[in-house]
Amino acid sequence: MSSNQSYYVPESSIWPIVGSIGMFLTFFGLSTLLVNQSNGDPTTTAWVVFTIGALVLIYMITGWLRDVIRESRAGLYDAQMDRSFRQGMSWFIFSEVAFFAALFGSLFYIRFFAVPWLGGEGAKGTANMLWEGFQAQWPLLSNPDNSQFAGPDSVIGPWGLPLLNTLILVTSSITLTLSHKALKYDKRKQTIYWLAATVALGAIFLFFQIEEYIEAYSHLNLTLDSGIYGSIFFLMTGFHGLHVLLGGIILFVVLMRLIKGHFSAHDHFGYEAGAWYWHFVDVVWIMLFVFVYVI
Amino acid sequence: MSVQALRAGALATAVTAPSSALAEWGVNLPEGVTSISNTIYDIHMWVFWICVVIGVGVFLAILWSVLAYRHSKGAKPAHFHENTTVEIIWTVIPFLILIMMAIPATGTLVDMYDTSDAEMEIKVTGYQWRWQYEYMDEDISFFSSADTPRDAERNLIEKTEDYKYSVDNPLVLPVDTKIRFLITSNDVIHSWWVPEFGWKQDAIPGFINKNWTKIEEPGTYYGLCAELCGQGHSDMPIEVKAVPKDEYREWVAEQTGDDG
Amino acid sequence: MSSVADAHAADHHDHGPAKGIGRWLFTTNHKDIGTMYLVFSFAMFLAGGAMAMIIRAELFQPGLQMVEPAFFNQMTTMHGLVMIFGAVMPAFVGLANWMIPLMVGAPDMALPRMNNWSFWLLVTGSLILMSTLFMDGGAPNFGWTAYAPLSTTYGPDSTTFFIFSVHILGISSIMGAINVIATIINMRAPGMTLMKMPMFVWTWLITAFLLIAVLPVLAGAVTMLLMDIHFGTAFFDAAGGGDPVLYQHIFWFFGHPEVYILILPAFGIISQIIPTFSRKPLFGYTSMVYATAAIAILSFLVWSHHMFTVGLPLPGELFFMYATMIIAVPTGVKIFNWITTMFRGSISFETPMLFAIGFVVLFTVGGLSGVMLAIAPADFQYHDTYFVVAHFHYVLIPGAIYGIFASVYYWLPKWSGRMYSEALGKAHFWLSFIGLNIAFFPMHFLGLAGMPRRYADYPIQFANFNQVSTIGAFLFGASQLLLVFIVYRAVKNGPKADAKPWEGAEGLEWTVPSPAPYHTFEQPPRVD
Ligand code: HEA
Ligand code: HEA
Ligand code: CUA
Ligand SMILES: [Cu+2]
Repeated sequence: MSSNQSYYVPESSIWPIVGSIGMFLTFFGLSTLLVNQSNGDPTTTAWVVFTIGALVLIYMITGWLRDVIRESRAGLYDAQMDRSFRQGMSWFIFSEVAFFAALFGSLFYIRFFAVPWLGGEGAKGTANMLWEGFQAQWPLLSNPDNSQFAGPDSVIGPWGLPLLNTLILVTSSITLTLSHKALKYDKRKQTIYWLAATVALGAIFLFFQIEEYIEAYSHLNLTLDSGIYGSIFFLMTGFHGLHVLLGGIILFVVLMRLIKGHFSAHDHFGYEAGAWYWHFVDVVWIMLFVFVYVI
Repeated sequence: MSVQALRAGALATAVTAPSSALAEWGVNLPEGVTSISNTIYDIHMWVFWICVVIGVGVFLAILWSVLAYRHSKGAKPAHFHENTTVEIIWTVIPFLILIMMAIPATGTLVDMYDTSDAEMEIKVTGYQWRWQYEYMDEDISFFSSADTPRDAERNLIEKTEDYKYSVDNPLVLPVDTKIRFLITSNDVIHSWWVPEFGWKQDAIPGFINKNWTKIEEPGTYYGLCAELCGQGHSDMPIEVKAVPKDEYREWVAEQTGDDG
Repeated sequence: MSSVADAHAADHHDHGPAKGIGRWLFTTNHKDIGTMYLVFSFAMFLAGGAMAMIIRAELFQPGLQMVEPAFFNQMTTMHGLVMIFGAVMPAFVGLANWMIPLMVGAPDMALPRMNNWSFWLLVTGSLILMSTLFMDGGAPNFGWTAYAPLSTTYGPDSTTFFIFSVHILGISSIMGAINVIATIINMRAPGMTLMKMPMFVWTWLITAFLLIAVLPVLAGAVTMLLMDIHFGTAFFDAAGGGDPVLYQHIFWFFGHPEVYILILPAFGIISQIIPTFSRKPLFGYTSMVYATAAIAILSFLVWSHHMFTVGLPLPGELFFMYATMIIAVPTGVKIFNWITTMFRGSISFETPMLFAIGFVVLFTVGGLSGVMLAIAPADFQYHDTYFVVAHFHYVLIPGAIYGIFASVYYWLPKWSGRMYSEALGKAHFWLSFIGLNIAFFPMHFLGLAGMPRRYADYPIQFANFNQVSTIGAFLFGASQLLLVFIVYRAVKNGPKADAKPWEGAEGLEWTVPSPAPYHTFEQPPRVD
């Protein structure tokens, strides 16, 4: 709190406005794309707008990061700045926690209230009058109205790929910790190796996850439109997968920077931010494994 | 252009028309015609008067401070800024007041949820934009739609007393009978509400909500859909004809006779 | 690289703002960004207000005269969305931007570049939202609450755009909130301990926490809408095992804390202004802090009071009723503290103080009708009627909007270096005060007498009070044009303001000249 040196306030920057234009194009394009698709209208223009937007966003992210890295390497950031970054990152992760909390809340509501009610149990079991013959069971293989939502043939058991994936992610958290330890002792080689292992494990996780989705779609009839189980299953694992992807990309960038010789034993906020994120993604997975697959 | 002119004309008539001819100045909940609606009315008035008292107290305190300690009258500011005792007092007293509100509210709520021992059952289904009524113990089922003339909506003809309220087929119910309602919907969420019965209950597609009533006085009671359900939201009113039990029997016989 | 280093070495005091449009597009300066937020949010207030005028004009008499019900529903929806996400939230962020660094003695916000992005994402999201008005099938028409399945299976095409705009506005607000927290926790001047912070800073700290906790939840809710619309999922469709009410639970888990997001910063502002014009320190500072925190925590436990009639099981109904009622206690503490601050003070009635007193009086009205709504059995009558509309306009307009107006008058001298016309300011207050009560007080009667909300047309028994209400609404609306004029006139050629234009004001923001220089507190001040 009591730094005497003045806080570094960056000069004006083009990246925020570029990023906003990118967001506008991306999401306007994406919305048009989705709407036209469901109306059976042509989507080419929408694709173009969306793609341009995405490219602008990538351009913005790289440019912005380059600026930040340059400033950081130039030694412009003091301890206070470092704390600001740390707090920024922690609260960002907190917002992600809130997002996943909403998804878990939905899962619990569906499992413990909505589906039993539809099946005729509990305070609002009269609902079953509308869905004669429907029985509440979880996972839901037969939906209240199977003509609208054909249920899945079966669901993915926890003890195959999901368990393997759990082990992979847990291991990746360990390798990441080892890498971090090594960095603190300035053992650069080990830092890089363990971090590379972490990224590789993340990639393997994603590979298996895609494998699992393919299996679900092609053999089990477990799809987004196979009723609430499929809906919530893909929503939760899908968003988690996206987060693994994002975390993996962050760690990959960090890895590249390590190889370039950035980061020191004392000054490695970028590294730590990536690591926090990765651990967060890992914890979410463990919760998913327990509540989506096992229970 | 002509549409514009028509609208302008309608607006002009509206502004100049004496509105008192049209309406009343209703300011409060109806007491209603069921025991539940009566209790709700009582709770409402109870809570309302407590709030009035609190409000008046707060306003007087503000008024006093503002008038008595005017800078322009040379008031010299005191410097106190803490007093644990008063803080505790004005935490505890509101809490006690709230308990006084909560006790009757709890009892009423428990009563409202007691749908057991119903003598008859009506299933209400919301549609965009009309209601369907099914008498579960009889072979009666029909739709009830608004029959407000379009011309009245367009201000082309005089609006009647039951403007926006009247329907083609009212729901006919016996008095002094505990009736259980099963409320659901066929499309979006609606809400079935007759103020004289004291409650509204949302009609959720795919689920069934329950509520009950025991009408104590014969009469015609109006209600409106109370959950936004699309452009016809203000166009699916409810009309209930509550009739003595024997009259109700006759009506049922008539209906089932016609059908069968 | 060297240019960056040079910039650092150079003395910041020499930097004025950049020239031309680039100053606004690329700025990292908290004052510029704050100004942009305030101007933008005011424009959105006018837009949302114009929609309200269409609503009120249509409701002037029964029958359909101005607009079709389909369009009326779009106006209601967009009015709610624009006012909440476009006007009130950004205005508070603008105030935070301008004032928090000045109040805690920081040179800028903690993350200045991100700050700029927050603002431009607000514009981005708002543009997408407003563009829906021009689309085939019209703008969102399902109410600002967007209940499924009206917003999924039965929604217009523009729903998809609405969903993404909510995402973008959410990201913008989350980034803004992160910035506020980092600034407050990390950038305070030496000696400025947490319990010495001005109340505005405290309330914003807690608001920022609420924002970060609940906007992601809203994002989750609308994402599920999106999936139901485009990807065949069944979250809100019982045929597939889902439940439309699930949407309401998620939405209101966001929605109730959201209404405190709309009021807590205003609480903070009022806690600055009342002591200033009472020339007496804020009574019960510590209990104010705890009360604010208590309100924030409780706000996570009461969401289902918006859903008393959806058919909650009895225990749920009871729990949410009790929890909601308890919020009256900490809020009461705040009201009583404000009154006691005035008590035995030396009160003068400049415009900010008038709005602050108006706030305390009328917010109490809205809060007390809130307590009535919280009584679950009675809410079976009140729910979805104009009684609710009256309640929330009484907390939102004399609450949030008055808070913002009060702070504009209070800090305008600091921002612009010039004074507004006190006479005109008072006129603005009284016209607003009268118009507001004529517009919204009759809505209590309408609701109790049985008029449902979101109705384009209504039975004739409601005609009289609707007419009164519309007249009041136009008076209130027109008097806002006065505010535009007052601010414009003050900024153009108002008399010069002192560094501390208010005799009784305390705080770091009054130690810098008026207008506040482009860069302030580059060397942190000492607070003791
Ligand atoms: C700034 C925004 C704001 C604020 C601060 C509040 C504050 C409160 N609100 Fe309100 N509310 C809204 C905005 C807000 N609300 C909105 C926008 C809606 C509608 C949403 C929609 O459907 O579109 C709504 C709807 C709403 C409902 C749902 C109604 C319905 O749809 O059926 C309920 C029900 O409980 C409720 C209750 C309360 C309560 C108990 C408070 C309390 O916090 C009030 C506390 C304050 C006081 C009580 C006054 C001061 C206290 C004292 C003087 C102490 C002594 C008092 C007592 C002992 C009683 N609100
Ligand atoms: C902070 C939030 C906020 C604010 C400030 C307001 C401000 C106003 N609101 Fe409200 N309102 C909401 C939030 C807000 N509102 C919400 C959340 C809903 C629920 C939506 C839903 O159901 O989904 C709602 C719903 C709502 C309804 C119910 C609609 C319905 O159920 O169908 C009505 C009806 O009268 C209304 C009226 C008004 C009026 C007259 C104002 C006035 O205060 C506005 C005054 C401002 C101006 C008028 C702008 C300034 C002037 C000009 C632009 C010049 C032109 C002016 C003239 C020609 C006079 N609002
Ligand atoms: Cu049906 Cu509103
Ligand atoms: Cu609420």
